[in-house]
Amino acid sequence: MSDPIRNGSDGRFEPRIVAFFCNWCTYTAADLAGTARMTYAPNARVVRIMCSGRLDPQFIMAAFRQGADGVLIGGCHPGDCHYQEGNYKALRRITLLKKLLSQFGIEPERLRLEWISASEGDRVQKVMNEMTEQVRKLGPLHLEPMKLQHPGAAASLSHVKATPVKEMAL
Amino acid sequence: MSKPKVGFYWCASCGGCEEAIVDLDEAILDVVAAVDVVFWPCAMDFKRSDVEAMKDNEMAVCFINGAVRSDEQLEMVELLRKKAGLVVAFGSCSHEGGIPGLANLYTKAGVLKAAYGNAFSTVNPEYTLPMAEFSFPEGKGTLPTLFETVKSLDQVIDVDYFLPGCPPPVKLIVNAVMAILKGELPEKGAVLAPDMAQCDECPRKDTKPEKLLLKQFYRPFQIQVDHEKCLLAQGLLCLGPVTRQGCNNSCMVGNMPCTGCMGPTSRVRDYGAKALSAIATSLDSNDDAEIVAVMDSIVDPAGTFYRYSLPTSLMHRANVTNGGK
Ligand code: SF4
Ligand code: SF4
Ligand code: SF4
Repeated sequence: MSDPIRNGSDGRFEPRIVAFFCNWCTYTAADLAGTARMTYAPNARVVRIMCSGRLDPQFIMAAFRQGADGVLIGGCHPGDCHYQEGNYKALRRITLLKKLLSQFGIEPERLRLEWISASEGDRVQKVMNEMTEQVRKLGPLHLEPMKLQHPGAAASLSHVKATPVKEMAL
Repeated sequence: MSKPKVGFYWCASCGGCEEAIVDLDEAILDVVAAVDVVFWPCAMDFKRSDVEAMKDNEMAVCFINGAVRSDEQLEMVELLRKKAGLVVAFGSCSHEGGIPGLANLYTKAGVLKAAYGNAFSTVNPEYTLPMAEFSFPEGKGTLPTLFETVKSLDQVIDVDYFLPGCPPPVKLIVNAVMAILKGELPEKGAVLAPDMAQCDECPRKDTKPEKLLLKQFYRPFQIQVDHEKCLLAQGLLCLGPVTRQGCNNSCMVGNMPCTGCMGPTSRVRDYGAKALSAIATSLDSNDDAEIVAVMDSIVDPAGTFYRYSLPTSLMHRANVTNGGK
């Protein structure tokens, strides 16, 4: 079945991008771009998070696992974080994550971190277009399918801790 | 009443998990007195035909260690699943893919090349590889073949419980066996270990600062390690903050950082991503270039953070079509 989102009317590959935007800066900028009726590539699904520092790297992995070809993260400019340090946290995590992803054969260009302030609607437009183009060039990301359920999510034998070996009826 | 029947089996395993059963010391006598070991190829002479002859669910429980990476292992665990009422994934390899799971960073061809071609101890100028089928004067022989991707046990069969650790700590093995014998079992799918992080019971936890402000990361051989201070605070990549308890902090007691063999707590889905997050945020730098330089000192992030859990990570394996190594 041809996916209208993956393959545009002209047959061109349309990448799926997940964008995590911080509430205070980049999301507001995206809102501004919207109200100003700026047009840009519609490939990104935007997820609003309170701060780029809240972005658990697990979310990025989950986005790739669930079909994203690229992940874009938008936070406040250095020094402007609403929570002071969150964007630096994001920077540290994403720097290391890019290195790790390349070991998995995932091009670092599929993951992009941008600082976009609340007034920079035009920058949202530019970055969305650039990212879409960049990921389009890389092509779709195919991860080997896997069973998603993991035992870590299951309950635990809580009484183990309270029962040292000595006290067991041995 | 006849004693419950128990089986032990190994797949892609180093033998350490089998050793852990022997490490039960005198407790093993109690276990053996309480159960009837009907299959344990590592220690006693059993054949596959012995298992085939069993009735379905004849074994009360089968403990399976090692990852699953060959057709023979898959056939065996499918057979054991039929013959056992309960299946326990025993050890990191079975639970999360473990050390053999690191092969998922490479292709099967690459793994074979490393083992049969490039290894320091290998002289194989004609590059002869194991063959699935071969002929000799007396007839034909077959060998198991490797899969492209290494899997954890629950990725190929239904698993009832997980005993984590590389290998699982003796205390947890005894507790699990006794819980099974007494029928005091938790919910299906449970990890048979406490659901708290290592740091919580670590003897060094009082010296772990509220906020870590590291300037540099080190590998244990690069520094004189303080015997009392929190290892992470010393710049070592201690993964205790994201690793499940149950080993009595074995490594930290031995002056080594935790590498994460007990796996994640129930709140974590992807162990490596969480571990990476904990380490990356502990760096005290806001400067792009400095951050890149310090992160570069972590030479093998995938091997460090997914040492025991690559096959069950959200990535599952390297994306070979996109040029993974
Ligand atoms: S879990 Fe550890 S001890 Fe057990 S087989 Fe795997 S590598 Fe060996
Ligand atoms: S980080 Fe490591 S050494 Fe420090 S308290 Fe936690 S487990 Fe112990
Ligand atoms: S301290 Fe960490 S690596 Fe060491 S045995 Fe315990 S869980 Fe495993």
